[in-house]
Amino acid sequence: MHGRPRKALKPEDLAASAAKAEKLRILQSQFLFNHHQKIYTKEALELSGKLLEINPECYTAWNYRKLAVQHSLIEANSDPDSVKSFLDQELQLVENALRQNFKSYGAWHHRKWVLNKGHSSIEKELRLLDKLQNVDPRNFHAWNYRRFVAALLNRSDEDELNYTQDFIDKNISNYSAWHNRSVLLSSLMKKNVQGFSQKDEVLTREYELVREAVFTDEDDQSGWFYHRWLLDQTVKAESPLLDSSWPAHGSDITLSGDRCLDLGSSSPLNNYQFDSGLLPLILYFNQAVEGVNSSTVTFSSGFNMNKDAIWKPLSSNNFKTAQVWVAQLKLPKVELDSLQAYTIEVTVGHSQGIISSSGHYCRPSEFAFTVRVQHLKTKQAEGSGLEKISWGDENFHIYEFDSLESNLVIPLNHPSIQNEHESADSSWQAKIIDEEVNNFRELLDCKIGKLTLARLLTARDALMSLDKSVHSDEVLRLLSELMKLDPPHSRFYKDEHSLVLLKKVTSSRESLLSYCFRYRNLASSTSVNPICLRLNGLSLSRVGSFEKLLWVQMLDLSQNELRSIEGLEAMQLLSHLNLSKNKLGSFTALEPLRHLKSMKVLDLSYNEIGTHTIDSTRYLCSSPLSHSVGGEWDDSEIVTDGVSLANYWEAFLILKGLKLTQLDIAGNAIADEKFTAFLAKVLPALKWLDDVQLN
Amino acid sequence: MEHLRMNGAYWGLTALDLLGKIDALDSNEVIEWIMKCQHESGGFAGNIGHDPHMLYTLSAVQVLALFDKLNVLDADKVANYVSGLQNDDGSFTGDEWGEVDTRFSYLAICCLSILHRLDKINVEKAVNYIVSCKNVDGGFGCTPGGESHAGQIFCCVGALAVTGSLHHVDKDLLGWWLCERQVKSGGLNGRPEKLPDVCYSWWVLSSLIMIDRVHWINKDKLVKFILNCQDTENGGISDRPEDAVDVFHTYFGVAGLSLLEYPGVKAIDPAYALPVDVVNRIFFQK
Repeated sequence: MHGRPRKALKPEDLAASAAKAEKLRILQSQFLFNHHQKIYTKEALELSGKLLEINPECYTAWNYRKLAVQHSLIEANSDPDSVKSFLDQELQLVENALRQNFKSYGAWHHRKWVLNKGHSSIEKELRLLDKLQNVDPRNFHAWNYRRFVAALLNRSDEDELNYTQDFIDKNISNYSAWHNRSVLLSSLMKKNVQGFSQKDEVLTREYELVREAVFTDEDDQSGWFYHRWLLDQTVKAESPLLDSSWPAHGSDITLSGDRCLDLGSSSPLNNYQFDSGLLPLILYFNQAVEGVNSSTVTFSSGFNMNKDAIWKPLSSNNFKTAQVWVAQLKLPKVELDSLQAYTIEVTVGHSQGIISSSGHYCRPSEFAFTVRVQHLKTKQAEGSGLEKISWGDENFHIYEFDSLESNLVIPLNHPSIQNEHESADSSWQAKIIDEEVNNFRELLDCKIGKLTLARLLTARDALMSLDKSVHSDEVLRLLSELMKLDPPHSRFYKDEHSLVLLKKVTSSRESLLSYCFRYRNLASSTSVNPICLRLNGLSLSRVGSFEKLLWVQMLDLSQNELRSIEGLEAMQLLSHLNLSKNKLGSFTALEPLRHLKSMKVLDLSYNEIGTHTIDSTRYLCSSPLSHSVGGEWDDSEIVTDGVSLANYWEAFLILKGLKLTQLDIAGNAIADEKFTAFLAKVLPALKWLDDVQLN
Repeated sequence: MEHLRMNGAYWGLTALDLLGKIDALDSNEVIEWIMKCQHESGGFAGNIGHDPHMLYTLSAVQVLALFDKLNVLDADKVANYVSGLQNDDGSFTGDEWGEVDTRFSYLAICCLSILHRLDKINVEKAVNYIVSCKNVDGGFGCTPGGESHAGQIFCCVGALAVTGSLHHVDKDLLGWWLCERQVKSGGLNGRPEKLPDVCYSWWVLSSLIMIDRVHWINKDKLVKFILNCQDTENGGISDRPEDAVDVFHTYFGVAGLSLLEYPGVKAIDPAYALPVDVVNRIFFQK
């Protein structure tokens, strides 16, 4: 019932409607009788036709008509005239039914089915579509049917593009036509059809066209999404690229076997805890790729290293495609001499195989770093590892790296990856975007103008080879204005604002270092704790720029407005994480933690876990609901005797694989006594749960 | 509308269950009627005497799940009907007559998942077909090249969610398209420049929730819009304020309120379109 007014019907209307319903009921039961008895006489067909003209939604009647057609095709004994006239009758019926309900799936499908028999004139279909599409230019059934007919007729994409253009010319506010244009144009560009092979020319033309739509009526959305698509087309890398890595190119990594070290000149930024004897290697691509393996990524080093590293994609659901890949290099501890630095060279993509949805990895790159091993000198005092990490401000001191260190602090100095043919052809893109920026500066009194300008400027920054964010302040200002201008979507702009802010924070070494802190008691002693990156209290609703943060082992994100930590899985070195005082709504929002196997200390206190009835990350987390966990769930009951796992499955799935020693969960609705007892069971290595020391 | 009575049963009963009133109906009577709609093929019809179709097969399975009576089914038989409708390219037809649509991909995947029989189809191909229907605006259409539509987006995102394949969705792009469905009145439309309608409270909201972007719209304004569509004299919810109510929009209104965490309405699962407790019973209880 769409668009029918709510009003009490008059008695005569009620009677009429009851009579109509009764008539329909009789018609339907007669029809069903014929259907079940397989009666295909002329009278029976007329009856079903009548039914469908009144109610085209009666799908069983369309099925019956198809059976009748099949029956009569056999009867007609391939006499072409009688076959054609029978099928024409079907086409006429569909036309009548569509007049009753233009949106009837059954009617449209019946027409396709009849045409697929191959006995009817297709030319006629174009005329019919002209007629119907002029009545309702947004009808998606008709557009779908149009594509079907165009394919049957082998009409060229150019012809269809002209047809679509007519609709846009008639009314610029026709989203369906813009959509069809995007489909046709994609196909023409992909096929390199003449006139569509020069990407910059095509895009310039399209920008001009869609700008007209956006500027004509700034509230009309028809051109908005098309413009954004053009922008994506302008800046999107044609093929995958390596964005960053850990260790970074040129970095000098110190591997320590224990916390107590005589550090000498080593920088805490580059010190990595090496208990396991495994050195993680992280590759961060600009898009999701597959095919990262020991033949597409190769190593050379000055010592005997296992070169058949096993590369794992960091994706939920065990998909073979991911933006971030990690391998654990096994270094032969005994062979490594602590006095010597070893160079490891990595080459990525010299042999083909790395591929994304947009193409092959075709810019082979290499990077090199050195590692040295610090063997522990003294065994740590028994029990000292049990001390609780406390995230209070008083425990952190700004990290002042001395100039001796500066050349060691490579990880912050991006870009570290040497791509051999560094965007030599980016100039046409910069030109197009600059042109658009100028145009949209004229449209700053409305939301789409501001939003588009913000996007254009962000894209412009991304084009610059040194990853500068010269426009970030202007973009942040635009997004703040949008939050006020368009309150219902304020959190959309807020999320974007957070991402741009982080881009700015991570854009230079100077900026990033002002967020780097040393943790208290360990700063004075001879032992080294990793540097803590403190991004707390920045009002972030979302996190990003992970490609710049792969080196971080200790991260404070507390007192923000995070609802999700999507992407955090890239930070493979993380061992200490503070998420306290955010808006995390459930354990499923913590899915990235499942990939962070080094995680030891986690603060989740004062979030909203257990507060909500609707969980918006329920399906972004691998679970039995999405058929993306296997055995680990099946044998789980043993672990949790007494506690109903069905109530805590989210926490169980996220935490079970972690070896946490410290967890804070207080201040969440879920954290009652029963739950904390459950946690203690799931996390046997736990030493601290909230403020309680466990045995 | 007799031919889609099975859908009507699903809409009405799910709405009742969300409101805690499913006991208002005699479950045995309903189940007896449902089973009379099943055909030898395993598929269910929209009503007694009609032909089987995927649309009604899922509704039948969902209603049985509501009553915790999936055991009355021969699950393999139903699953064989559904899996028999998969094409070589991974797509699904709605019945034996060949109509292909991503709606049917969702119906098939959801139905088989509830029956724990997803292994009967080629899931990878099914997912690839859905992905081939993705558009440059981030949304999905009925078939490759088809225009994005909120109802279709729900089907595709739902199918990807159930198969653990949401990484194929550009969440920020689709999220922007979806959140711009909210119009000034607070209601949601199904495509750009269309009128708002209560049913999109389900299609748009559930999709936004599955991709974790529901905070991009104003929930309070939407709650008000749905409540404004309520017929306060006779009950029920309509498509827009002051229009005639029906069971379809009543269900979508109640389900929308559930997704908005409206007090007194049970939580509904955004992918399976069944109450969360029912879904959890299917997947987490042994």
